[in-house]
Amino acid sequence: MEIGKSLPAQGAPPKEPARPEPVGSDVVHWEGLEETDEFRKLVNARWRFVAPATVFFLAYYFALPLSNGLFPNVMRTEIIGHINLAYIFALSQFVMAWLLAYFYIRQAGRVFDPLAEAVRRRAGKGR
Amino acid sequence: MSITLTLFLIVVGITLVITFWAARRSNTTVQFWAAGRSIKGWQNGLAIAGDYMSAASFLGIAGLIAFNGYDGFMYSVGWLVAYLTVLFLIAEPMRNTGKYTMADVLAYRMSPVPVRSAAAFSTVAVSAAYMMAQMIGAGSLIKILLPDLDKNLRPYFDWAIFGTKLDPSIALVGLMMMIYVIAGGMVATTWVQIVKAVLLMGGAILLSLLVLLYFNFNFLAFFDKIYSVKDSVTKLPFTSPGILYPYGKATIWGVDKALVENVSLGLALILGTAGLPHILMRFFTVPNAKAARSSVAWAMGLIGSFYVMTTFLGFGAAALIGKANICAKVVTGFKCAPGLKPNNNMSMPRLADFLGTHFFGTTGGEFLLAFIAAVAFATILAVVAGLTLAASSAFSHDFYVGVVRTHMLHGTVSEREQVLVARITAALVGLLSIWLAARVGATANVAALVAGVAFVIAASANLPAILFTLFWKRFNTWGAVASLVGGTVVTIWLVALGPGWTLPAVAHPAFPLQNVGIVAIPVGFVLAIVGTFIGDLAKADRLAELKFHEIDVRAQTGVGAEASPVPA
Repeated sequence: MEIGKSLPAQGAPPKEPARPEPVGSDVVHWEGLEETDEFRKLVNARWRFVAPATVFFLAYYFALPLSNGLFPNVMRTEIIGHINLAYIFALSQFVMAWLLAYFYIRQAGRVFDPLAEAVRRRAGKGR
Repeated sequence: MSITLTLFLIVVGITLVITFWAARRSNTTVQFWAAGRSIKGWQNGLAIAGDYMSAASFLGIAGLIAFNGYDGFMYSVGWLVAYLTVLFLIAEPMRNTGKYTMADVLAYRMSPVPVRSAAAFSTVAVSAAYMMAQMIGAGSLIKILLPDLDKNLRPYFDWAIFGTKLDPSIALVGLMMMIYVIAGGMVATTWVQIVKAVLLMGGAILLSLLVLLYFNFNFLAFFDKIYSVKDSVTKLPFTSPGILYPYGKATIWGVDKALVENVSLGLALILGTAGLPHILMRFFTVPNAKAARSSVAWAMGLIGSFYVMTTFLGFGAAALIGKANICAKVVTGFKCAPGLKPNNNMSMPRLADFLGTHFFGTTGGEFLLAFIAAVAFATILAVVAGLTLAASSAFSHDFYVGVVRTHMLHGTVSEREQVLVARITAALVGLLSIWLAARVGATANVAALVAGVAFVIAASANLPAILFTLFWKRFNTWGAVASLVGGTVVTIWLVALGPGWTLPAVAHPAFPLQNVGIVAIPVGFVLAIVGTFIGDLAKADRLAELKFHEIDVRAQTGVGAEASPVPA
């Protein structure tokens, strides 16, 4: 697409989605969905995975610059030939990222998707 | 005209024809829009990789490793791990709630006029900063291909704009790229990014294999050779951390300054990606959250593989050529031509030249140099197209149509008018980035620049606004505007006070760190929170909280998600 033609043709300025009045039925609808069992289960399941996984990857990632800075001599220890601990730790970050991504996607397919589907079905019915 | 230049032009020409043809094909078929909604996960993954891996990855990281050893590899690590932030927190909710731009998600809850204006501001800032580094990268390539160009053009560029003389090579190639992108020849479609990603991976694999072949695939011999390269200042071997930012030299806030720089860099690297407007736009092209997820997985596979290869590319250049000999023109024996200064952005092309000559003779060197330079150029052009698109759509869609024409000047906006505004924006951002490139200096490392400015703005301005919009119930318009504007301004201000990226560095800069993320990113988040509480006190924006319920359900489940409206 050309620059500036990224968006579908707009004859008139698009109206912002009307922000509904506070007590409109729409608001009740979303809040209602938010309080369903399926939705709560979904949010809980997601955070139960995402929160510890995020804490873990941040900790693992920042352990690298921190240990390079705090224990430079340990990190310069050579493991095989002239390949040192610092380089192996750096490489392990790639493995860590790929593994965590794999676990997340597996969990999402098994747990999050069916729950989200349940909420979508309910939303389709219960308007 | 030299063989290299001719070959370079041929390869670039072929690439442009292929991408133009691919884009045209998808443009004229009836299935265009349908295809737009059904971009497959792997296709989008390749496109994300194409949009993401710019001159910073292809030229910059190799240059940092070639000149500073191990420390440069930190960029590779951080830029991959960053995708976990995207995968866990951003990709699926963005797909479920988004339309065309980042600001659409924010405007869901927030008052549209201030939030769209602020988001247009931060998006243009990120894009200009990102593009400035691409201009330096493209300039480095031209300097290698036409070593005398700068000298010959100097008389025509002997005037200053705001105290800065433009760099002739950068100005020339930058202007040509902008004209090409704006005229619409280069199209920022998914296919362009896919073609470019494949070329880039191909180039990296080829050079990595040749480096390994040089050492007869003996990994330990390769590392022996790297170990034998010593830094002249710290005397450390290149396998060791602590060359780019030497440890134990200075302290800041009572902590080793090198450690602070590295942690600050790490913050920008892993939090910035999730706030890059041109990457976020990619999630609107896939049909659903599942496809968004799998496209991140594909992107992580490709990007990670490339970054592992920077080991061979960067260390290879350090071990085989040495930093003193990486410059625009080399004489017999791969020594820097007299009077030229080393330029680390040229490590990749020089490595190609060296390996080609070693294995296939002089012509082989010229050919491989031309090929890698062409791949790098295609990479830069594709990223510039993506950035231009992000900046100009933020400005024309979010600010001009969404704010100026909807709320100030009423009336209809013709498509022609919108395109005109987009093109003018693109031209201005392009000119700004050419000037910035000259201001920063043609030898500044492009990876350090992208991570040091664009990623910090993205992490301090955009990320808090996006995260809090999606996940914090009390967040409101005031908080969003505070982080979008405040994060951008604080980052630019701190960078301007800092030591800069070219040597000799400013001796006593007003702000001591090159990487300002450790200050700017927390400031961005704090501004978002403080802004929210002030807005709360003023009872200025009660709808934002009510609308949270809607965005919460939509982000988590995809209820009512738009069928992808962004064409492929």
